Amino acid sequence: MTTNANARRQRYVKIVSRLFASACMLATLSCISMLVILLWSVIAEGAAWLDVDFLMSFPSRFPAQAGIKSALAGSLWLTGLTALIALPLGVGAAVYLEEYSAQTRWRKTVQLNISNLAGVPSIVYGILGLGLFVQTFALGRSVISGALTLSLVVLPIIILATQEALRGVPNSIRHASYALGATRWQTVWYQILPASLPGIMTGVILALSRAIGEAAPLVAVGAMAYVPFVPAGPTDQFTALPIQVFNWSARPQAEFHQVAGAAIIVLLVVLVAMNTLAVFVRYRYGKRIRW
Amino acid sequence: MSSATTAALLKSSRQPTGASYRRHLFEKSIHAFLFVCAAISVATTLSIVVVLLAESVQFFFDVPISEFLTDTRWTPLLKPQHFGILPLLSGTMLIAVGSAFVSIPIGLGTAVFLSEYSPPRLREIVKPIVEILAGIPSVVYGYFAVVTISPFVRWLFPGTGVFNAASACIVVGIMTLPMIISLSEDALRAVPRSLRQSAYALGATKYDVTTQVVVPAAMSGIVASFLLAISRAIGETMAVTLAAGATPKLTLNPLESIQTMTAFIIQISQGDTPAGTVESRTIYAVGLALFLVTLLINLLAQWFLAHVREKYE
Repeated sequence: MTTNANARRQRYVKIVSRLFASACMLATLSCISMLVILLWSVIAEGAAWLDVDFLMSFPSRFPAQAGIKSALAGSLWLTGLTALIALPLGVGAAVYLEEYSAQTRWRKTVQLNISNLAGVPSIVYGILGLGLFVQTFALGRSVISGALTLSLVVLPIIILATQEALRGVPNSIRHASYALGATRWQTVWYQILPASLPGIMTGVILALSRAIGEAAPLVAVGAMAYVPFVPAGPTDQFTALPIQVFNWSARPQAEFHQVAGAAIIVLLVVLVAMNTLAVFVRYRYGKRIRW
Repeated sequence: MSSATTAALLKSSRQPTGASYRRHLFEKSIHAFLFVCAAISVATTLSIVVVLLAESVQFFFDVPISEFLTDTRWTPLLKPQHFGILPLLSGTMLIAVGSAFVSIPIGLGTAVFLSEYSPPRLREIVKPIVEILAGIPSVVYGYFAVVTISPFVRWLFPGTGVFNAASACIVVGIMTLPMIISLSEDALRAVPRSLRQSAYALGATKYDVTTQVVVPAAMSGIVASFLLAISRAIGETMAVTLAAGATPKLTLNPLESIQTMTAFIIQISQGDTPAGTVESRTIYAVGLALFLVTLLINLLAQWFLAHVREKYE
């Protein structure tokens, strides 16, 4: 009797653990299938609309004539300016925190502040950009306002990634450099930054790919829905690739959804290229250094 | 920091004359520049608070704070105007909770699979796929909701409108999956091997070890990942704007069209509300509420994360 009950119990335990394992596997499979469905629905809608004309035309009321020339130009401007602004500031802040600042309360405050900034919704940065850059600094609804706002969005990402990279450089390198009479900045500039460059570059590329995909803060600072020109300078009005996708997706007509699909393909190709570059930098240059 | 003391020694031995004086000055200015870089991050937080507060205070001169917090209607662009944030707040919470129903079971299941069950090679394949999900821009998820998920929801529940909270919940759930998976998996893998081995030595099965030992031991990290996912869902903007519509409504029915705080900010930003009016200041008041809610949840998540590190280090 007891052996029978034991066997039943064992069978029950076996079934439960099998079920649990399958449920976990099913969850994993559903993650993968979601990505597949997402990519498939983008490609199925948009692939047919993708051609050179689409890349070289301005937006239009007619889906057949619509293109992403001004959106591509706007995204290029924004990303370039964001890189110029956020790269020195982010790396500088990280170097300060890791190499200069002592373990004081001030350092802890800055560190806590940066982790919190990383969690602030991007639309809040948009409101800040509107209040600060567009209105207070009177920069208007321009490329530079957008780029400054995006810089604030990606700064925490760059700082945290750079800090991680700097921490990977062993202290023996610092001591050796000081022992040879180098000053602190010489140590940072000639030893630590070159050694941590792959990590920093990876972080910066990932931060910029975040900036390319951001739409919400740009809508708040006033990116235009319809821009039939290429911005000639940082004070011009602008649109961007994700803004264009947003506008086309928000329209009821199915043709515009297909055009949006084509724009998303371009956006994703750019993002994949940047991520591949990041992975390449990490493996190609990361391997050369062995401590 | 040891480098700091080394440099302090160097500094004291240096004579401030001629070339070395110039070098000293150069070092000082570099130090000052780097300090400014770090200070900018603090200035960012301060200016977020100042900008949001300054405009919100002016907003609350026109709209009493009691009306803002208790009125159940939100119609700033229609006459008669009502400025009660509750419909927007309930819309945001509906998305946050609804998306958690999608992201928590799937995310935790995936994390457990990757950490406990998956062969290492399969893990090496699945992890990058999850990272791809994390790298896809929010507006693309919005498009996915409009083109694929919303028709699916309407096929399941005929009579549902094009814009409904359910499709926004599903898509935001998918967006927040990577956060839950990677943080929970880290927490699960941080559980020391000795704990698992002791449980096996006592005759526990793999299922027992996973559910009774490993998951409870990693609980604070897992909870932190849930909190961060919810905070991300609250701040999520483009996908929700595209999928959930623009109808501020006090409802718990996910098949209706609603409006979140973030979607309202986008609506005002896109329109041509003149600056300086009470309508244009609504976004600062709503933004302040959004900032405070996400900050609170993030701080809570950080507390949980700090708790994990204490335990095993």
